[in-house]
Amino acid sequence: MSTGDVLAAQISAPHINYGAIAPLLIVLGVGALGVLAEAALPRAYRYLVQVLLTLAAQVAALVIVIVEGVRHYASNPTLTANDALAVDGPALFLQGSILILGILATLLIADRRLERGGAFVAEAAVVAGTEADAKQARHQPSQTEVFPLTLFALGGMMLFCSANDLLTMFVALEVLSLPLYLACGLARRRRLLSQEAAVKYFLLGAFASAFFVYGMAMLYGFAGTVELHGIATAALSSNKSDLLMFVGLAMLAIGLLFKAAAVPFHVWTPDVYQGAPTPITALMASCTKIAAFGGILRVLYVAFLDSRWDWRPVLAVIAVATMLIGAVLAVTQTDIKRLLAYSSVANAGYVLTGVLSMQKSGITSSLFYLVAYGFTVVAAFGLLTLVRDADGEATHLSRWAGLGRKSPLLAGTFAFLMLSFAGIPLTSGFTTKFAVFGAALDGGQTALVIFGVISSVLLAFPYLRVIVLMYLQEPAEDAPTVAVPGAMTATALALGTVATLVFGLAPSLVLHVAQGAATFVG
Amino acid sequence: MTEPALAEQVHYATASGALSSVWLLIAIPLASAVVLLLAGRRSDRWGHILGCASIGASFVLAVWYFFALRGLGHKAVSEHLGSFIQVGGYKVDWGILYDPLSATFALLITGVGFLIHVYAIGYMKEDPGRRRFFGYFNLFAAAMLLLVLGNNFLMTFIGWEGVGVASYLLISWYQDRPSAATAGKKAFLMNRVGDAAFLVAMFLMFGYLGSTDFATVFNGVGALPHGVTLAIALCLLGGACGKSGQFPLQAWLPDAMEGPTPVSALIHAATMVTAGVYLIARAHPIFDATTIGSTIVVAVGAFTLLLGCIIGCAKDDIKRVLAYSTVSQIGYMFLAVGLGGGAYALGILHLLAHGFFKAGLFLGAGSVMHGMKDQTDMRRFGGLWKYMKVTWITVGLGFLAIIGIPPLSGFFSKDPIIEAAFARGGWQGWVFGLAALLGAGLTAFYMTRLFVLTFHGKKRWTDDIEHPHESPAVMQVPMILLAIGSVAAGGLLVYGGFTDWLEPVFGTTEVPEAVHYSKALMTGISIVVVLLGVVISWLLFRRGTAETEQPARTAIVRAARENLYGDVLNETLFELPGKLLTRAAVFMDGKGVDGIVTGLAAIVGGSSSRLRRLQTGFVRSYALTILGGALVVVAALMAVKLG
Repeated sequence: MSTGDVLAAQISAPHINYGAIAPLLIVLGVGALGVLAEAALPRAYRYLVQVLLTLAAQVAALVIVIVEGVRHYASNPTLTANDALAVDGPALFLQGSILILGILATLLIADRRLERGGAFVAEAAVVAGTEADAKQARHQPSQTEVFPLTLFALGGMMLFCSANDLLTMFVALEVLSLPLYLACGLARRRRLLSQEAAVKYFLLGAFASAFFVYGMAMLYGFAGTVELHGIATAALSSNKSDLLMFVGLAMLAIGLLFKAAAVPFHVWTPDVYQGAPTPITALMASCTKIAAFGGILRVLYVAFLDSRWDWRPVLAVIAVATMLIGAVLAVTQTDIKRLLAYSSVANAGYVLTGVLSMQKSGITSSLFYLVAYGFTVVAAFGLLTLVRDADGEATHLSRWAGLGRKSPLLAGTFAFLMLSFAGIPLTSGFTTKFAVFGAALDGGQTALVIFGVISSVLLAFPYLRVIVLMYLQEPAEDAPTVAVPGAMTATALALGTVATLVFGLAPSLVLHVAQGAATFVG
Repeated sequence: MTEPALAEQVHYATASGALSSVWLLIAIPLASAVVLLLAGRRSDRWGHILGCASIGASFVLAVWYFFALRGLGHKAVSEHLGSFIQVGGYKVDWGILYDPLSATFALLITGVGFLIHVYAIGYMKEDPGRRRFFGYFNLFAAAMLLLVLGNNFLMTFIGWEGVGVASYLLISWYQDRPSAATAGKKAFLMNRVGDAAFLVAMFLMFGYLGSTDFATVFNGVGALPHGVTLAIALCLLGGACGKSGQFPLQAWLPDAMEGPTPVSALIHAATMVTAGVYLIARAHPIFDATTIGSTIVVAVGAFTLLLGCIIGCAKDDIKRVLAYSTVSQIGYMFLAVGLGGGAYALGILHLLAHGFFKAGLFLGAGSVMHGMKDQTDMRRFGGLWKYMKVTWITVGLGFLAIIGIPPLSGFFSKDPIIEAAFARGGWQGWVFGLAALLGAGLTAFYMTRLFVLTFHGKKRWTDDIEHPHESPAVMQVPMILLAIGSVAAGGLLVYGGFTDWLEPVFGTTEVPEAVHYSKALMTGISIVVVLLGVVISWLLFRRGTAETEQPARTAIVRAARENLYGDVLNETLFELPGKLLTRAAVFMDGKGVDGIVTGLAAIVGGSSSRLRRLQTGFVRSYALTILGGALVVVAALMAVKLG
């Protein structure tokens, strides 16, 4: 394709199948509506309206994804908007997962029972640590801009899973990242930590995006197009040096692996997960991870499937490093949010193991892993918001000593989630790992599986430490209290926990759906 | 030496009739566990009854199924219950396999399990958490039954992890004791090492055979390259060692005695710890196919049985002596299943006999503790026979059974193992045979010591004990029944055709005859060795012993008191590399460096603003890490292309 063709293609107005991308439009459109509401509505109504809008948009989008997915696009995948967007099985499955987990995260974000006025800052512009800051933390209800921000981020993630060319993918990457950078800095308590996390995330995110753009440029230079299928065709037939392609792929992968938190591009994860308001952390750990892997899956399976023999060893080394280093570093953590952050790093490695099988079963198992892990991790972070002392959430491990005696239900649930993370059978943690490791074997990646098993054993230790701490140690004198969750948090927790159990007992329910969805268009 | 037999095709018929409901064995205790754990305090009044009734019902069913299976021509039925998980070409089902081996285990688990459940009604009477205890106990029984009834390795593994979880919960039962908490943790960690090996074995099966179904794996194992078979066998052995407390993963088992005594009896003596033996016996076509693999099993067994005996001689805590004795007896079972051929059945026979006498001994120890205010130090017992007649007699019978005095159980089960070890021939026959023989002598020694110090000689009680009392009837009856089992089980099984019963599983019952010695001579020698152990021990301990620990005079005593440095070994094997790895990784990780620096700054007295400055500075180091990683990735891909 010459430059002239590309220009010509841009000039003619592309046909857009609005029905196929309706979920995306709803989420982004309601996000924009939320901004208007924020400006126009009196302060007293904003919270209610925003919560309802946010939830309604996601539920509506979810319903359309499911109905349309079942009726049309899972069996008849399509490209639309001049081939910029793919509406196919993986896209719909991941969008559905993002929406479901987004709803759970929204419930956590909207909760105002645990903290007077919600977990978010009232006036973000007030200098942290000043008198005015202390005042706003105590008295004012939080601003509601976090809700449109959430919708924009979710819209970006959905677009990211569906983007069929690198340019759209890059736009989606920024659409999902920018609201998250902001949301990270909005914590009501510990604002310095929160703002620091936001700045770090922003700087490093920008850094990684630069890699992505550079890689895109290289690939355009190689293939003459940014369209994924075009790159795949060029990989087979182009007469240009494929060094360009491999360097481009490497750069692109760095941008993607950054979002997925793979070693060595994971360095931001613990700081950001720790500093961000916990409901936002839950959103990032579940939905952002899904989106990142959605992008990785599409790029690798659509554009680079035929060159897999060349690049797979490199990504396999990254997967092994991610699994092992994530697990090992989790062992030394003393803060539960950081512990879960490193566990999330290790989990990225497990998903990568499934992805690298480069078989259909690899797509299936990765899709399954992402949604199941998302439920567990939302529930785990949701539980963190319940354990509180005078300074807000008590996340230092030592503060959790003896919780089993004070609050058996919370400790029992958390212990169950930890066992799931540790991969004990009859939890989703086992079936998901089993699925990705099985897929990796399918693709002949036995070494990856062995490292994966070793890593999962290592990773059991830190989880066990939390359980031992909760049950077998004396509570401290000034032990934190366990708040009774409001209806919204309770719903999110219950759904997350039940899903963890159900996906562990009857994984075939979801695996079956994932299998039906595991074919990329084209 | 048995040559790797060319396995016949393994085939399981589809279950029908009575046997199509075998899953009830698992479902009943599981349902009861769910009720007990979810119903809360409402079920405190009747919880223990439900707990016992459910396992009792399972026992009745197990007997019924047993007779149903006996009536069948093809003694192995499999039942497909549903699909569990399918990934790509790999599929795992919920499925049950009921054959003579699993039937035997089901009877042991439900039978001995029921007796111990009943005993626990009395033992845990004063414990406010008794209902929860029965919940965990039932959960254990369900998981253990799943372990032995599954028809693929994944089912076994699920049960395997289930019994593990129940075991940790029960070891840590007395949460207020720090030692109990540590013991639970230790058990979990060491078992994870074993479980990892088991998992690797399963993935190897998947990778090379495409399935973990017993039938597919066993039929396919013959065609595998020997290296793969050996790797699978060794990984399975690793799992088995973890669960069964065999060298080098034995150190958790004695610590597990921190749990309530019924737990020690059921989980850590009669059933769960024998799961490793079950696994090897079940996977016998794999071990048959690799002589090196099975020889390693024999070596592990022989080594562990001596190790357990030696440490057992040096311990003063009655439950720990029994625990090391368990380690040692399971060593015999490993030895037997490693020998292969007809010795498989001998291993299972010993497992059954051991289930009776060791459970009985533990319940006896529990009864003594019950009467002696929960003390476990044998140096402060003595002369108890007058006060606890029933306990004295039942423990006495268990004692005679374990050391192998004819015609009690142990004689029929242990003696053939010793003979089979000698019959292996060559230097291996001598080494393993002598180890087994020496083990028998040492067993006699430390068990006599235990018995004499506890029940005979002078009273060496602590001051707070005036009248030790015999336990209530609800505890006595199970002890008596188990004692009867200890006396009769061995002989009944041997003359009742137990080995023939297992023939369909293992394919052969023939134990190779010793070449150079007659059977009578061998039996005579082993009885003499045992009697020697008894007499020496009796002479040494009939007058009692010092009431406090004496300085160890010889290196071997010192080593034995230190558990033959098993903990040290584990530390160097598993903990140290782990620690080094962690440190290295922390050092490499930008955040780790950050954390150390931040921590140092805090110690040095940095104010919060200084800390903040330090932390923001590190975005650079993060960016540097990312850049470094990027360079490596790009370079690697270029190298792939250019290289």
